[in-house]
Amino acid sequence: MIIAERKPFEEITEMIKGYKNILNVGCGGCTSICLAGGQKEVNQLNAELTKENAELKIDSFVIERQCNYDFFVDLDEKAPKYDAILSMACGAGVQFVAERYTSIPVFPALNTVFCGVDRNVGWFEENCRTCGECVLGDTAGICPVTRCAKGIFNGPCGGTRIDGSCEVDPDTPCAWTDIFNRLTEQGRVDKIIEVKPPRLWQNQVRRVLIQEDYKARYAE
Amino acid sequence: MKSGSNLEKVLTAGHFAFTGEVGPPRGANTESIRTKAAFLKGNVDMANMTDNQTAMVRMSSMAGSLVLLEEGVEPNYQMVCRDRNRIAMQSDILGAYAHGIRNVLCLSGDHQQFGDHPNAKGVFDIDSVQLISVIKKMRDEGTFLGGDTLDGAPEMFIGAAANPFGQPFEWRVHRLAKKVAAGADFVQTQCIFNMERMREWVHQANDMGLTEKVYILAGVTPMKSVGMAKYMKNNVPGMDVPDWIIKRLQGVEKKKAADEGIKIACEQIAEFKETKGVAGVHLMPIEWEHKVPEIAERANMLPRPVV
Ligand code: SF4
Ligand code: SF4
Repeated sequence: MIIAERKPFEEITEMIKGYKNILNVGCGGCTSICLAGGQKEVNQLNAELTKENAELKIDSFVIERQCNYDFFVDLDEKAPKYDAILSMACGAGVQFVAERYTSIPVFPALNTVFCGVDRNVGWFEENCRTCGECVLGDTAGICPVTRCAKGIFNGPCGGTRIDGSCEVDPDTPCAWTDIFNRLTEQGRVDKIIEVKPPRLWQNQVRRVLIQEDYKARYAE
Repeated sequence: MKSGSNLEKVLTAGHFAFTGEVGPPRGANTESIRTKAAFLKGNVDMANMTDNQTAMVRMSSMAGSLVLLEEGVEPNYQMVCRDRNRIAMQSDILGAYAHGIRNVLCLSGDHQQFGDHPNAKGVFDIDSVQLISVIKKMRDEGTFLGGDTLDGAPEMFIGAAANPFGQPFEWRVHRLAKKVAAGADFVQTQCIFNMERMREWVHQANDMGLTEKVYILAGVTPMKSVGMAKYMKNNVPGMDVPDWIIKRLQGVEKKKAADEGIKIACEQIAEFKETKGVAGVHLMPIEWEHKVPEIAERANMLPRPVV
């Protein structure tokens, strides 16, 4: 899931300064689940904004997902009535809204932070940097790109602490120590004996993916 | 001969190598390098020029290496993966070689979070093991990583670092094996204080036949004081400082602690000289370059072989 958090209040008020009639659009997808941009958070932000500026007219509207136009039907009717839109989706959703209504300024109310998991209620951890060539099969299900501070593929580096924590933070376990230990437990250390060659990074330009079964459909 | 560097000649002739280290200045003034070089000249076989160590911005290690060359000390050009991508690294290797640099040391690099620009974007496009293989490919196959042919291959003596102490200990010798497989010609270890661990690691390397393929230079840092020993134990990631070192330094009068530190270093050097699988010592006196002549003398490392 995509994890996001609300921008500082001052940054939001600065962005929307001068706009009097705003629609704050929440998202029922990831940002709702990570407690950053669902109905509750939209209402809360709007309450804070009107408290700060009594003149402001700001409405709320939550759609199921801002990353798929199938869910935009109702929003299409509402959006043109406002002079600005605030989006509480992830950066991808904000862009999709902005692309849909190009004549209306669209502002992000959230910072999109990472792709991760829920460790507990309201506690999220980054687990994947969407590198495009997953190596988890060889690394015991522990991502070296995300969890190693240097993102190295032939770890651990020379900085690992004596107690097995990462050089950058004594409270964070060294990803490569964890990889080694789990592979040992599974009897699969041979997976990391060979030198992993320099990787062919794929996340340098915008990626577009069409699943195999749909390629014919979009061929032209 | 792969490179014809002085270090390579000393090692292949079967001598016990003795190398030093210099950090570049935090500014454009090269005077400090020249001063330090004067202490090293004739007392070491070559000297490392560190690359923005601890992620503090300094003069580039290539430029620093060239100053060492001018001063008559063979440089070992350190290159970290933190600050450059594969394009810049290959390009720098060519430039360094063209200007007479013959040794290169491939490192991951201390994380940028430690330095004076903690919000810099770390590059880590390739890692230190991969960097070794890239330079080897350039040297031995005469091609770039991307496959194109070089107009003139950089004949570098390729170095790597090793930490015999960090976790997971059982894996450390395998990481050395990976560096050897990638093409490392010599290895310089982290500062060694825990001699027991070091012996065990070298023993493992001997058993795996690694020391027949790579020259291991053991890292030695003389302690200047009890405070320094405690600081290194508690604050420098990856350092393993056993209590006996601290106790020995505490056991002498305060103003004699530095001398005791040198004594410990000399004892370590003497042991390494007799250790099968250790081909030399890499001396890293932290801001103590002026002591190198004395340490070299007391450790019986002089005169340095001329080959
Ligand atoms: S290797 Fe890591 S960053 Fe790459 S896809 Fe797998 S989990 Fe994601
Ligand atoms: S200590 Fe481990 S996790 Fe941290 S940078 Fe080094 S290899 Fe990566």
